[in-house]
Amino acid sequence: MNRFLPILTVLLVIVALWYAGAVKLNAAWVYDQAARDGGAVSFGQLVSGTLNQDRPVLPTPHQVVTELVKSTFGMAITSKKSLVYHGWVTISATLLGFVIGTTAGVLLAVGIIHNKAMDLSVMPWAIASQTIPILAIAPMIIVVLNSMGIQGLVPKAIISAFLSFFPVLVGMVKGLRSPDQMQLDLLSTYNASRSAVFWKLRLPSSMPYLFTSLKVGIAASLVGAIVGELPTGAVAGLGARLLSGSYYGQTVQIWAALFAAALVAAVLVAVVGAIERRTLKRMGMVR
Amino acid sequence: MTWVIFALLFWLAAWAVNVRLSHTALVKSKLGKLVVPAIFGITLLVVWEGLVRGLNVPGVILPPPSAIGARIVQELPTLWADFRQTFVKGALSGYVMGCGAAFLTAIAIDRSPFLQRGLLPVGNFVAALPIVGIAPILVMWFGFDWQSKAAVVVVMVFFPVLVNTVSGLAASDQMQRDLMATYSASYWQTLLKLRLPAAMPFIFNGLKIATTLALIGAIVAEFFGSPIVGMGFRITAEVGRLGLDMVWSEIAVAALAGSAFYGVVALIEKRMTFWHPSQRN
Repeated sequence: MNRFLPILTVLLVIVALWYAGAVKLNAAWVYDQAARDGGAVSFGQLVSGTLNQDRPVLPTPHQVVTELVKSTFGMAITSKKSLVYHGWVTISATLLGFVIGTTAGVLLAVGIIHNKAMDLSVMPWAIASQTIPILAIAPMIIVVLNSMGIQGLVPKAIISAFLSFFPVLVGMVKGLRSPDQMQLDLLSTYNASRSAVFWKLRLPSSMPYLFTSLKVGIAASLVGAIVGELPTGAVAGLGARLLSGSYYGQTVQIWAALFAAALVAAVLVAVVGAIERRTLKRMGMVR
Repeated sequence: MTWVIFALLFWLAAWAVNVRLSHTALVKSKLGKLVVPAIFGITLLVVWEGLVRGLNVPGVILPPPSAIGARIVQELPTLWADFRQTFVKGALSGYVMGCGAAFLTAIAIDRSPFLQRGLLPVGNFVAALPIVGIAPILVMWFGFDWQSKAAVVVVMVFFPVLVNTVSGLAASDQMQRDLMATYSASYWQTLLKLRLPAAMPFIFNGLKIATTLALIGAIVAEFFGSPIVGMGFRITAEVGRLGLDMVWSEIAVAALAGSAFYGVVALIEKRMTFWHPSQRN
């Protein structure tokens, strides 16, 4: 209770501010209508007129939730209006990209740990590449792959892989280096081979670092998949819902897609977090 | 075919040099730390150029680095105009406003543990969300010009900086705060003389994360509508015309701007938190 009360208060304040903002931002339309009819607007009319518009500047929370529920549960999941359909398109690209990016990141990290030349030459570039707005090349990847005849899932997955690759690489290098000299010395007194050191010491002790970067990586993957859907011109996916909403002024649809994306992000991160807790518990690493 | 063989030979030679260098004492010096990655970077460019020329990859799929370089020189005024529109007007102004607002909010909620307990989980949650998605809404509200880009940047950088500042303000130990209390220091004195300096490493961590987010936000927001200038606009427009060398030029500018932005913040951090263990060597 001590933990939830403050969070609940903050959320209530946000919702209250949101309603107030909706009244203020949507008021212009109500005044406009009233001026056309030649009547004055009372405060009650103003509030009721602003909270349920078809194309509000700022939709109210209940409109967004209604739209979210309607387009999630109220449609057949094969329908183009169903958020489940669009969500799945985005999630599948996210997961494929996440798997590719994570695998590449872990493999490169293993290489960097075992080869000094690789460490010295690749690592500075990997760190520098974190400062580059990689998302900017998304449209190019999509269009170039499109002209080579590759469409659909793969281009988006490549962007996702790009974004999730670097956090995993940096985290994994840190993790594989985390065993201290004492432990490494112990294994060398056992005359352990390099692969034995890797499997029995380095890999297990890198797990907490791996999971931390996996959580960053999967959130980044989702952003990559959503942005990857923009340049193809709104075919399918949550990004496409955002884009078509902004083309046709369907603000409620944009907000619903935004909330769906937020929910998907929260669920994905939570799933990775749950796997993390179970794995670390089984490995005896939870304090 | 000679190009491909040349590229591969160059790669092998450079790799051999790097392996050799990495086992000498040179790599311990500052120079060696620059030379090895530099050789690797040059190798990447040479291999790229060699493969594109040798395998006759069409320019609409992957232009060679030399063509991109030539295009950069040729289109310098356009690139500069795009850079000013997106980086200076959009990203930088949004970055300053967003980080400033986050810093002030963190100071404001610092006195109330209740607000902290409520805002921190919410802030952490929001920081993990795909906030880029808010771009179409803000473009609708603030119009196509740089104001909407700055607004997207403000929203994107706000939460990482807020969360880091709040956890930074909690970083000084009880012992140090007790010492300030024995000096009968007021809240503001403790804040200015102890807690803010102790929070600096955390704040700079947030500021560094925010540099990349700011540039991404400004560029992606332009995909949803922009005046006919700007890096995001140029990328989408040139992709449509298959002018890939221009797209790569913009990407090179974005990469340079992003790294320089990050570098400047990291340099300021080095100056201001010289006392922190991670800055000493």
